[in-house]
Amino acid sequence: MSEQDTHTPHDHAHPHPARPDQDESLGYYQVMEVAVRELLIEKGVISAGDVRRAVEAMDARTPAQGARIVARAWSDPAYKARLLADGSAAARELGIDVGATHLLVVENKPKLHNLIVCTLCSCYPRMVLGRPPDWYKSRNYRSRAVNEPRAVLAEFGTSLADDVEVRVHDSTADMRYLVLPERPAGTAGWDEARLAELVTRDSMIGVAEVRRP
Amino acid sequence: MSAPANAALPARFRAGDRVGVRRADPPGHLRTPWYIRGHVGVIERLCGAFPNPEELAFNRPGLPAQPLYRVRFRQRDVWPDYRGPQHDTIEIEIYQHWLEPTG
Repeated sequence: MSEQDTHTPHDHAHPHPARPDQDESLGYYQVMEVAVRELLIEKGVISAGDVRRAVEAMDARTPAQGARIVARAWSDPAYKARLLADGSAAARELGIDVGATHLLVVENKPKLHNLIVCTLCSCYPRMVLGRPPDWYKSRNYRSRAVNEPRAVLAEFGTSLADDVEVRVHDSTADMRYLVLPERPAGTAGWDEARLAELVTRDSMIGVAEVRRP
Repeated sequence: MSAPANAALPARFRAGDRVGVRRADPPGHLRTPWYIRGHVGVIERLCGAFPNPEELAFNRPGLPAQPLYRVRFRQRDVWPDYRGPQHDTIEIEIYQHWLEPTG
């Protein structure tokens, strides 16, 4: 590659070094993905549109789905009981497609705080929270959430008194976990849509409390 | 194994049972974290039975299905230098063939 290629002409006067594009250095697995995808398309097994639609479906899943579940559980004690007994069935009740996921909902209480991690990889309840944040997949979070959860929580701004039990859930196998945070005071009479706005992604992973009303 | 190939193995443990995690290091794809092997906890619940991931990883059917449990451990038992209070806990999903009864 010549010097010219790494420095695109600008329409302003002061030249400065340009960072080269990084689209010529695919990693091993990126090359493999491209090769397999192109072969599948060439052989008519799937189409490029199928791939795009699958990505769109992945991106359409957001923490708003989890927040709806939480808001309903805060509003309807019978729903909350069903949610804690069978998370997947309760999600489907709200029209949320969880596929084959076994969703297990763990409830925060005044003296109990739940925190979710997957030390082995990055298992995450994508069907109700969407794609995981990068930090959830980092080695730092995965290793420290299990053996110093209170320090990790403090780094997220969550300080818990010593008389609160911190219960870490290592998502090692077939279950996927969602934290049911505590309903904050000052929300009496709120409807579900308004309650759902308080429920953040991080509060359903367990690293934070919900937004204060 | 006398169970039919597609059946689930019967569950050996019930909620409240004390169990030890085998201290083993077989090769392959394992879903039992290293840090919990050799520790003693209490069965919190039976989650159901699932094809054995150690077999699935090699494209085998993983049947009969293995009962899967959530097991609760005290953090201070797991990490000798744990700095939080003694009531802090950690729960882990562990397949039955990694567990043994403990008195």
